Amino acid sequence: MSNYLAEEIFGSDILMEPTRKGFGEGLLEAGKNDSEIVALSADLAESTQVEPFAKEFPDRFVEMGVAEQNLVTVASGMAAIGKKPFVTSYASFSPGRNWEQIRTTICLNDRPVKVVGCHSGVSVGPDGATHQMLEDIALMRALPNMIVVVPADSLEAKKATEELAKIDKPSYLRLTREKTAVFTSENSEFKIGKAEVLKEGDDMTIVACGPLVYEALKAARELNNIGKSVEVINCHTIKPIDSKTIIKTAKKTGLVFTLEEAQTTAGLGGAVSELLSEHQPTKIIRLGVRDRFGQSGTISELWKEYQLDSASVVKSVTEVIKV
Amino acid sequence: MIHSDKELELIANHIREDIIKMLVEAGSGHTAGPLGMADIFTALYFEVLRHQPHNPEWPERDRVVLSNGHINPVLYATMARAGYFEIDELKTLRKFGTRLQGHPERLRLPGLETTSGPLGSGISQASGMALALRMNQEKQQRVWCLTSDGEHQEGNTWEAIMFAGKNKLSNLTVIVDRNNIQIDGMTEDVMPLEPFAMKYQSFNWHVIEINGHDFDDIVSAMNQSKAIFEKPTCIIAHTIPGKGVDFMEFDFRWHGIPPGSKDISGDPPKDRQAKVALEKLRTMNGKIRSEHE
Repeated sequence: MSNYLAEEIFGSDILMEPTRKGFGEGLLEAGKNDSEIVALSADLAESTQVEPFAKEFPDRFVEMGVAEQNLVTVASGMAAIGKKPFVTSYASFSPGRNWEQIRTTICLNDRPVKVVGCHSGVSVGPDGATHQMLEDIALMRALPNMIVVVPADSLEAKKATEELAKIDKPSYLRLTREKTAVFTSENSEFKIGKAEVLKEGDDMTIVACGPLVYEALKAARELNNIGKSVEVINCHTIKPIDSKTIIKTAKKTGLVFTLEEAQTTAGLGGAVSELLSEHQPTKIIRLGVRDRFGQSGTISELWKEYQLDSASVVKSVTEVIKV
Repeated sequence: MIHSDKELELIANHIREDIIKMLVEAGSGHTAGPLGMADIFTALYFEVLRHQPHNPEWPERDRVVLSNGHINPVLYATMARAGYFEIDELKTLRKFGTRLQGHPERLRLPGLETTSGPLGSGISQASGMALALRMNQEKQQRVWCLTSDGEHQEGNTWEAIMFAGKNKLSNLTVIVDRNNIQIDGMTEDVMPLEPFAMKYQSFNWHVIEINGHDFDDIVSAMNQSKAIFEKPTCIIAHTIPGKGVDFMEFDFRWHGIPPGSKDISGDPPKDRQAKVALEKLRTMNGKIRSEHE
């Protein structure tokens, strides 16, 4: 196992935190280091975890009200004067509602605004389909100049936030609502654009992003019990994608699964398929949400329904390799 | 005033001629809006704005945000006349490799503060700039946002107006081109905006209504906006679309096309439109005859 991971990751006492919490901590840290950082909220300061920053730096926090189009365009204007804005809302609304404004005033303008989309994926739970954003990766990775990062746990979200704060590029940070396992190590270095091989293997690869990376690791452990050696890669940066690491693993194992809590169309699955079909044609099976909307339920019910949890991954894999 | 009314009028007329020539050369683009805004742009760039055309990145400059990017021929022509770049470059409008893109693109041309075209997001960006300048305790620099009346049909515009009112962005002046036309017809038929001034007032803005072709009116409103505290200012500039070319004036059919692109009933045939338009501008619609006879 890679030293990117915590020492013991499969214990029942593993720490559970939502990735948005790590974002809130990272933003506070970044704000202490750089006085140009400002945060904007569209009436969701507490649940997007921007609140610690707002309390520490009230003069650098801007309450926008329920107005996501104005949220990103005001941020673009602030960036024009030299500010480094983080704009926060639920992913369904930002970047769901304000895509054109992000395209024109942030990406085409090349302004270093960080769009932070909380409550992505079906794991949002009871709120149902309207609030479970599944198309945001597709929307954001299609945009020139945009960086797309999907942290796997709260710790990684904290590091990703601090790293994004240092770069002068438009970026999208995808976050989740529910508590999920914190399995990466405190000391490991987070590099934008670098996919991490968490576990080496020979028979197949699972390339995952977000909290489902943990499900991929659990699935790999189970598959190991039936004699299958699985390589697991945490592809936290979907754009720019780490083509070197992904082509290398495809060459090595010859069978690639992708796993994401998003539409596989133009999501991580799309990105990996595009890359490998051009450079290293490989059989790819895209696990994720397949052309459906979400619905109300608990995280475990929904991950099962959409075949995202480790048991579903094991099932999908064994069907493909016909064990 | 630095310039006399006569001098400003002369500059504006040169800008109008540039606009006609650029559009003919480009073969596409918008005509009525740019002609109607030539006086406002002249007043802003030659009389009011804090800027250094040869040093467009001057940190102390005022910021100009053109929200309705499609009227950029007037912006480009004004910038060229003010010394940002050679007038000859205006010929490249909308051509491959040009810095003068069909809609303004910040990264292509120094002196542009933003990229625009999709309507409704200029006041937001200008508000963000005004807020950030205030955070930096900049007292001198202002943000000037030029918008159209039609783009007040966009929801984003009203989000921005609400935001600027809430934050009392007194370093922001919005100038609305109230020319009453849009592509599909008259604004009041397509989607009424009236009572327009009252809408801004009810969002806690200071509102000044002016004749957008009277330089005293324009300059005095712009200067007044600098003196208003506690509120952003909206200058509603009543303008004549197509101003300066009588057969284009007040005619929404000239909103989105260049001279020479098609025959329009009642107007000169398409192959003579540009020539007649330039004659009209040079003779003030036939009022000045001696120079041309």
